[in-house]
This record gives sequence, C-alpha cells and structure tokens, in this order.
Amino acid sequence: MNPVKLIRMANRIGGFFAAMPDREQAIGDVASHIARTWEPRMIRDLRAHMVNHGAAGLSDIVRAALARLPR
Amino acid sequence: MNALQEPDLGTPAPQACADGVSPPLTLRIDGIEVVVPSGTSVMRAAALAGVAIPRLCATDCLQAVGACRLCLVEIEGRKGYPASCTTPVEAGMAVRTRSPRLAELRRNVMELTLSDHPLDCLTCAANGDCELQDMAAAVGLREVRFGLSGANHLAEPRDDSNPYFGYDPAKCIVCYRCVRACEEQQGSFAITAAGRGFAARIVAGASSFLESECVSCGACVKVCPTATLIERTAVAAGSVERVVETTCAYCGVGCGFRAELDGPPDAPTIVRMTPSKRGAANLGHACVKGRFAWGYATHKDRVTKPMIRDRIADPWREVSWDEALRHAAGEFRRIQRQHGRDAVGAIVSSRCTNEEDYLVQKLVRAAFGNNNVDTCARVCHSPTGYGLGQTLGTSAGTQTFASIAHADVIMVIGANPGAAHPVFASRLKRRVRAGARLIVIDPRAIDLVDAPHVRADAHLQLRPGTNVAVLTALAHVIVTEGLMDEAFVAARCERQSFVDWHNFVARSENSPEALAEASGVPAAQVRAAARLYATGGNAAIYYGLGVTEHAQGSTAVIAIANLAMATGNLGREGVGVNPLRGQNNVQGSCDMGGFPHELPGYRHVSDAATRACFERAWGVELPPTPGLRIPNMFDAALDGSFRGLYCQGEDPAQSDPDIGHVKAALAAMECVVVQDLFLNETARFAHVFLPGSSFLEKDGTFTNAERRISRVRRVMPPLAGMADWQVTMALSEALGYPMNYGHPSEIMDEIARLTPTFAGVGYDKLERLGSLQWPCNDAAPEGTPTMHVGGFPSRPDGKGRFMITQYVPSDEQATRKYPLLLTTGRVLAQYNVGAQTRRTANLRFHAEDRLEIHPHDAGERGIADGDWVGLESRAGATELRAEVTARVQPGVVYTTFHFPESGANIVTTDSSDWATDCPEYKVTAVQVSRRTRPSAPAERVP
Ligand code: SF4
Ligand code: SF4
Ligand code: SF4
Ligand code: FES
Repeated sequence: MNPVKLIRMANRIGGFFAAMPDREQAIGDVASHIARTWEPRMIRDLRAHMVNHGAAGLSDIVRAALARLPR
Repeated sequence: MNALQEPDLGTPAPQACADGVSPPLTLRIDGIEVVVPSGTSVMRAAALAGVAIPRLCATDCLQAVGACRLCLVEIEGRKGYPASCTTPVEAGMAVRTRSPRLAELRRNVMELTLSDHPLDCLTCAANGDCELQDMAAAVGLREVRFGLSGANHLAEPRDDSNPYFGYDPAKCIVCYRCVRACEEQQGSFAITAAGRGFAARIVAGASSFLESECVSCGACVKVCPTATLIERTAVAAGSVERVVETTCAYCGVGCGFRAELDGPPDAPTIVRMTPSKRGAANLGHACVKGRFAWGYATHKDRVTKPMIRDRIADPWREVSWDEALRHAAGEFRRIQRQHGRDAVGAIVSSRCTNEEDYLVQKLVRAAFGNNNVDTCARVCHSPTGYGLGQTLGTSAGTQTFASIAHADVIMVIGANPGAAHPVFASRLKRRVRAGARLIVIDPRAIDLVDAPHVRADAHLQLRPGTNVAVLTALAHVIVTEGLMDEAFVAARCERQSFVDWHNFVARSENSPEALAEASGVPAAQVRAAARLYATGGNAAIYYGLGVTEHAQGSTAVIAIANLAMATGNLGREGVGVNPLRGQNNVQGSCDMGGFPHELPGYRHVSDAATRACFERAWGVELPPTPGLRIPNMFDAALDGSFRGLYCQGEDPAQSDPDIGHVKAALAAMECVVVQDLFLNETARFAHVFLPGSSFLEKDGTFTNAERRISRVRRVMPPLAGMADWQVTMALSEALGYPMNYGHPSEIMDEIARLTPTFAGVGYDKLERLGSLQWPCNDAAPEGTPTMHVGGFPSRPDGKGRFMITQYVPSDEQATRKYPLLLTTGRVLAQYNVGAQTRRTANLRFHAEDRLEIHPHDAGERGIADGDWVGLESRAGATELRAEVTARVQPGVVYTTFHFPESGANIVTTDSSDWATDCPEYKVTAVQVSRRTRPSAPAERVP
C-alpha cells in the first residue's frame, strides 16, 4: 500500500504518544496501537518499504516501535 | 377519543423535586380515592382515576394555561368553579366533576366555541379524530343557538405554504395549544397569538408558515385539537385503522414514532407518522425529517429488482434474487481463490438495524474468513469509540437525553444540534431557557449561539483544526486555578496518569495565552469558559463530528473525557460526556462488531477467549489480527490486494472524503455489491445491485446516542420481497455458510448470548419496557441510564485514565495557494448524502448546498450572495453557489454535502485521525474564486 500514506499514518500515531513522559511506555504504546489497529498487510508493506528504501521520513519513536512488533 | 389515539392525561406529570420524589397526596374525585404526587393537577388526577374531564386547551405535553374554561369542576369547601387543569391537588380534597351546573357551564362554553366553527364535520378530514367533536359530545351539546350568522372567521384565507401541513383559520378555536407547543416543546417561537377576545388569531411569522421561523417540526399540528392544523397526508388518506410503533431511521436521537395506517397490512397507506409519547428519547416530539420526510420509502426511484452486470460500463440486467446472489457469491469466492482470503470485505451501515449489522460482520468473519468489515461510523464517530474507550473504559456516551434537565452548565463542542439532532436541541434549549448556562465551541455561529430566548454565555469561535488547543487550554485553567474536583480524581482515577496529565496541562505552553494565536480564541474567553464549566454546578459536554472528524479527533475526545474526570462531572444525572451520533444506528453498528479490530461488544479480535466463544457459536476459526478499515480498503484496492466489496446501505462514493481517490479505488475492484434503496453514487461502480429495504419494511432494533435500544417494526412488506437481514442471510448461504434465523428477534438472542453488555436484551423485554439502554445484563436487568456511577467498571481497577493531549497542528493549513479553511456540516432539512431527503418535499426548505463565506473574504474576491464560485483544494475542485454571511469567521468557509452535484467531498482530502483513520472532513485548505457560470459537470475535476 502507498508507503507515503503509511509513513504519515505511523508518524501521527507516534506524534500522539511522543508526548508521554515515560519513553519506554510510549514506544510500547505506539507498537501496541499499530498492532491492534493495522491490518497485517499495512505493517508488512511499511516494513518492506523500510527494507528497500530505508526508514527516511519515519519518526524515531515509530522506528523504535516497529522494531518491537512481532514479525 | 378513539381507541387508536395515545392516552392524554390533560396536563404533564409534575416535575420531581431535587431528590427525585414528590410526596404523594390522597384526594377523592367523584367519590373515587386517588393517590398522586404533589404538584399534580386535578385534571390529571381525575384522568388517573379513570374520570375524563372535558377539556380543549389542555393536553399533557404542554403546561396548562386555563384558557378555554371547559374543564371546570366543583371542589368541596371552595367557592366558584375552578379550572381543573390549572388547579393543583391538595391532600383531602373532594372534587366533583359532574353536576347540572357544571354541565350547563360547559355547554355554554362549547356553544360559544362552535358558533365560530364550520359545522361540516362529515366532510372534515379530522372527522372521528377531532377533540372538538368529542367534547361537544361529552358535554351533550345538541344544538348551537347562535348559528353561524353572527360575526365569524369562516372566510379567512388558508395558509398552504408548508409542504406538509395546512392551516385553515376558519376552524381555529384559539386554544393556543399550537403557540405553546412551538414555544415549550420546539423552542422556535414561530407562531404567535395576535389580538384578544373575538379578534384573537394565530399568526405564523409575518406572512406564512413557510416564510416564518417555522422549522416544520409538526408539534403544533400534533396538538391542534381540530382540523385547523392538519397533515396533508391525513387529508388525502382515509381514517386510521392501525398503529405500529417504530423508531425514526434518520438521526441518532432515535425518536419513537407511531405509524398510523389505513388499508390492508400487505399494502397499507401511511396516514401520518406521529411522534410517540412512549418514545423515551423524544417524549412525543419530532423534527421535520422523521415526522414528514418518509415519502422516499415509496419513491418511484426505489430499485426493487436485483441487477447484475459484468463490467461497470455495461447496462444493468434485471435478474432473479437467486441469480444475483449466486453471481455475487461466485465472484467473491473466485477473487478469494485468485487473490487470497483477505482480498474481499464489507461495509456495514449505520442506517441498518443492529441485527442486520451483526449479520454482515458475521458473514465477513465466518463466511469470508477475515476481519475486513468496517462501519461507516469509521468516517464519523470512530474517535469517540477510541477516545472514550481509552479513558472511561466504554465506547459510548454516559447519559440519557433526559439528563440535560439537571445540567447547570452545558458545553456544546463541534455540534449543531438544531440542524443535526433537532429533538435533542429542543430539550437543550428548554433547559437553557430555564436558566442553565451555555458554552458553544465552534468555528461557526451555530443557531444555539443566538436563538429565540436562548443565548450562549460564551462562544469560543476557534479556527478549524484547533479543538485540542482549546480543550487543553481549558484544562490548564482548571488545573492551575485549583478548580478540580480533587476528591473525585483521588477516588475514581488512576493516580499516575493523573499526575502525568496534570504536569502536562499545567505547563505554560498549554495556557490559553500561549495557544490563543493558534486557536484564534482570546485567552480571557477561554479562562471564563473554564471557570464556568468547572464551578457552575452540574456540567455536561455534548459534542459532534466537529470534534471527531479531525486529524486529532481522538485526542480531542480524550481531552473532553479528561475535563469531565478532572471536574468530577461523571457518574450522575446532569453531567457527562455525550457524543451526538449522526445517523440513526451509529452506536449500534459499532456495538455490533462493525469495526475490523473488534468483535461485538468492543472486544478485540486478538482476545483468544472472546474469539473462542464466537468460534464455538459460529463453528469456524476466526482470525486474530485486525482487518482493513474503509480508507485502507480503498488504498488496498489501488494496489490490487483488495478486489471485492459488499457495501450495505452506504454510499462512500458520495460521503467519503477525497472522492476522486474513492472512485478510482471502486473502479479498480472486480466485484462491488451494493445493497441499497436507490442507485446511489457507489452503485455506478457496482457489478451487483441488491435492493434494500427501508425501515418501514423490516423488524429490528436501532441504538441511539444514549445507548438506547428501540424496536423498529415492520409497517409494510419489503418492496423487493426481502428485508436486508434476509438478503445477507441468503448471500451467506450462497457463500456456503448458511445462517438460519426465522426472525430478527432470534438474531438479537444470539447477540445477547455472545455479548456480555447485551446479555439481558431481548424482544420480549423491549416489548414490555419500550426500550433498553445497554449495558443490560444481570447486574442491570432493565439497562443502564447513567454510566460510571461509582466507578469505571470496564477499566483496570475500575479507575478512569487521564491521557496527555498534545496539540499538533493539522497538515491542512492555510497557504498562499489555498488561503481559506473549509469546514463542512449539515442542515436541518437534509440528511447525510441526501438520498432519502432529496426525494421528499424537504427540497422546498433546502434545494442545494451553498458555500458560506464571510463578507470580508467575499468582498476581496468580488463574490456576491448567490454567485457561482469555484472551490479548490489539493484533492480536487468543484463549483457551487455562495452565501455571504458573518456566521463564518474571516478565513473560514463552510458547506454541506447533501447533494452529489455540489461535490463537497471532491475537495476534502485524505487527511485523517491518527488513531482511527476517521477523515478530517472539518479542515481542508481551499481557494475560492468567482465564476461567471457553472461549468458542465464533465469539466469538473476529477
Ligand atoms: S411546525 Fe414546529 S416550528 Fe413550525 S410552527 Fe409548528 S411547532 Fe412551530
Ligand atoms: S390552530 Fe389549532 S391548536 Fe392553534 S389555536 Fe387554533 S385550534 Fe388551537
Ligand atoms: S430528531 Fe432525529 S430521530 Fe427524531 S425525528 Fe428528527 S431525525 Fe428522526
Ligand atoms: S382545559 Fe382547562 S381551561 Fe381549557
């Protein structure tokens, strides 16, 4: 699916949780939010994009969160 | 009174005192002992004792005024003949309602009244349903001595300007019921009584009903005891033979209605739809949509034969149900074979019944074998589900509508109830007229800001897209000025989340002063509103799509819940957090598992125990990962991984944002099945069309914004032979997964078995109690009017959770190219995409969408009122006429989306809520320019 959109959506999720004081918790919350609301092909396509084109455009918190999602 | 009429006790029940109980009193009426609450009128007490006192000006939905003098009684120990409608009961009273003297007095009153009334009863449309006729009989009047030769009003001209009802002043007995209904019930003050005595007349506005402030709610028509104000359909039809109680299928208020019918059950004529006093959401009131705009149900455009075609460019071919269903099922299965199990999905409708929504999601999960099901609530209130679920633990509003009668401060955010939830708006206005304070937070000066006898104490006219800034600033004031309810927070909320939130909102960058530049709201206004909300007594928040349909929609819902928790405004009457749901069954479609990540009752698909329970009941294995949401379905369609859609009762090709994108996605699919009343915009992209059934043609339930489950009852057979739930069942069978329900009540029984919050719901109980508010189970067998009394049971430890709400500006910002912000909304007379209301006489009230633009912005562009203008965003461009008005602020334009040709959603973009993907309809950066003529539709983009 359109990677530009997926990146924007992921960053917005990151934007909400980035304001939380406990960074570890916030990363976990981003990961959990994505796992609980994204259909697997969205996660798969975002990851594929990262493999092929790097993580440019993704916020730090989202990168950290994606690393925690089960494969 | 004929047996089909609703009972009328003459005057309303007395207002309960603050502690909710009015002490009972005992009195005797015609020797019968009766016990009633204090404050009850003698007339009502008599009616409760089974004694009917003749009356003309009194009716139990209006406060008594004692105008007609027909209801006189004798009271032992008192002189004279007091009017029973305005005389309150007293303990030990002995009332006599019949005596020769009373009979004579009443006959005189009736005789005078009838001396100025045409005596053409036999040919009058109200014959047999006329209170004047009934009363003449009740007082035994046989002859009118004065005749009609004296001065009278029989030659006065009729007013037939309103498309739904007529006014014949010749028949008016000047009882003032209509005037009082318009004031007390509706709150429009559109009709007045001019002149006194014989000269007294009822006048609507300056010239006619249509030109007046009248909003065609029909309240005056309902209370008129004569044929003076009468529905045109009632004049045209015969007399009422049967009444079926049902629920309005338009907005989320969920008004109870009586379908009054004539003719045989298999082909009845609707004489009229009247609001039911038993309807707990509306208590006998209605708006123009539910009351009058039901003609679409039998409109000639209804498609009643299934149709198929191979390609969307081909003409439709009418086929049998069997062929259409086999074709659709065959295509879905072919797509799944070729492109995988997850290549198909469905959209469930917020207009269909709970039972129908349940079946569609069951079909997707059990027959398609995936979670690709979403409800159109995605594009309206999905942030409510998320925001309230995360903070309060339950994805629903906390109150009943009646609760507003106990509110001292009412905050309306991003909602326009006068247009979108009219019957609730009437209740709200009544409460404000009685002294409650009102805060409106809206980019536009909505009707509540300055309505007849209602004026907002504060109007925070924020820039579109800055709700979170304003709500966080309100919290800042409450926290830093020590206006919190510390005891509530300590007892009822999570400590750590509160501390984090407190520290966050207290920061200076969240002060009203710091956020004023972003929001455009002066800091002093925000401070005053925060103080009023926190310290003004019971404070209740009502919000709508102006909160949810934003990039930060979920954050704003969370911010609202934070405010209510911090000030202790939860868990009792008069307070709470109340989402005003747009369509009739938005709440229900979410409750029924309409979201791709949740099974019925908001239980996540990853929860193994919940899945196991459905797997046992349905005999299938269920996937544990979320499915596609509506916008994701369209994105996936464009990349080829989603190719088949079953779309019931929705029209995404008109209602969803960035229509160009939606249409391209629909066109890319291989099998689109549309089930609807009409060939809507989405049907242009469909390969199979399955005729839908209107709410008049089926049994089921709707759940309104108060979580109230009410019955929808079949009034006539489905025009196409099958109700929607039967169509879904047949499609499932064709897919090889038979479902066997004989009646929607059996579907509800299954829902109750599998959903703890619905465990106590069943048709028998609904029949008995009229309606039920979920949760309804062993702990609350008659339902739950007020949520979170004493705790938040769905949250861990029962504690509410505060969440930090950092304001993030929307991507949609005014730029040099697109310097204005477009926001969208609704009007009273039209509903959603207009498919229903555009096919009624409501067109007389609102015939096109217009673009509201401030005089300053219009002047800069040389635009005059009524000019054609071009409206352009990064997503697309369209044209419509301008309305130059100061209702919008400079820099902001506004329109509605009821007409496909105006193309509001061609312009809206793919920006969406971070948590739920709910589109940001409410903020689009646009440019507006004057056009000399409208271009042909083909010239428009896309
Ligand atoms: S229809 Fe409603 S708004 Fe119009 S005059 Fe009657 S009561 Fe008032
Ligand atoms: S129009 Fe009907 S309700 Fe109004 S004053 Fe006349 S008779 Fe009464
Ligand atoms: S307020 Fe809503 S539910 Fe009630 S009649 Fe109007 S549209 Fe129907
Ligand atoms: S009914 Fe009591 S005065 Fe009219």
